[in-house]
Amino acid sequence: MKRRQFLQAVMATAAVSLVPSLPLGAAPGRETFSEGSKALKAGRWAMVIDTRKMNDPRLQKKVIEACHSRHNVPDIEGPQEIKWIWTDSYDHTFPEQLNNYPAQTLTDRRFLLLCNHCENPPCVRVCPTQATFKRDDGIVVMDYHRCIGCRFCMAGCPYGARSFNFSDPQEYVKTPNPKFPMRMRGVVEKCTFCSEQLAKGELPYCVQASEGGILFGDLNDPASDVRKALLSAISIRRKPSLGTQPGVYYIL
Amino acid sequence: MYNARYVIPALLVFIILITLPFWVNVVTPEYSRPELVLPAGAEACVEPVEYMRAEHMRLLNEWRDAALREGKRVYTSSTGQVWDINLQNTCMHCHTDKAGFCDACHDSNSVDPYCWDCHIEPGAVTGASGNGGKQ
Repeated sequence: MKRRQFLQAVMATAAVSLVPSLPLGAAPGRETFSEGSKALKAGRWAMVIDTRKMNDPRLQKKVIEACHSRHNVPDIEGPQEIKWIWTDSYDHTFPEQLNNYPAQTLTDRRFLLLCNHCENPPCVRVCPTQATFKRDDGIVVMDYHRCIGCRFCMAGCPYGARSFNFSDPQEYVKTPNPKFPMRMRGVVEKCTFCSEQLAKGELPYCVQASEGGILFGDLNDPASDVRKALLSAISIRRKPSLGTQPGVYYIL
Repeated sequence: MYNARYVIPALLVFIILITLPFWVNVVTPEYSRPELVLPAGAEACVEPVEYMRAEHMRLLNEWRDAALREGKRVYTSSTGQVWDINLQNTCMHCHTDKAGFCDACHDSNSVDPYCWDCHIEPGAVTGASGNGGKQ
């Protein structure tokens, strides 16, 4: 073979290989993703908990049950418990309130706690896989597919809002909700501000079950329920000195 | 050639060993596509069947990222149909037989996706209902 022929053959082979291989199926290309017409939108989702109303143990139990049953949160006793929303005492909830003689109406109360969906979430900063991240509307969510179970976020969260699945959680869910996924061993889970409910145009389960004791709305909208409630009453947030800017407010 | 009586048999053994997968393939029965239990009463999937057969895993990855990361939970298919992005309530609303549909192909192709480590398969618990996410 002459040099010229060889080069021609090489070029011909290369040209043929550049022809794209036949597609396996009719590849779409016109498909689109959208948010849906019913989805609730906000610049910054926030929650206001009226602790005067939400001090009722029956109501607290109802709210916790509404969340945990719908989200398949396992019911585990002891140090390996899993919780999305729970209650605690005044001095555990607000350790930065340094008044040595707080009002007894406050110290007697139990406070509903959940993920604060911080403006500056430490859990997001420390997550090595971006499994947890903050959405544009301020909600801090988990992508369980990416979680590697390193628990940095649990160390980072100053509010104890994250729980680790030390064992298969599905054995501890008595009546699973078939419309919502479960979790597996080795991932961290927490409250999602019911982002799946907001996408359907409905309010979070805890808000629905609270009989008016929990408000939910857009912090950027001065006419929203949460902004009006914050204007009209004294409210505090948990551990404000850390600079996380929590999105959950407590009316005292 | 030096040591031809050692070198040539050793070369033959080497060639047989390295081409062993081809010989095994010749004697084993041909791969046949498993019989799938298709959903009764559903006329079409979210995309054409050839695309779904080859690329459903890519579609599911895109659905996951769009829904979770971008908050876009509604999918308009290339055929113009509108669907909720939801594995449990859209896909498995029609594909109710996981063993007969998902597992049949996955097992014969030796793939082990982890979808159902968390997502609940139909019939595992009672109470699933809805319109299957079609809008």
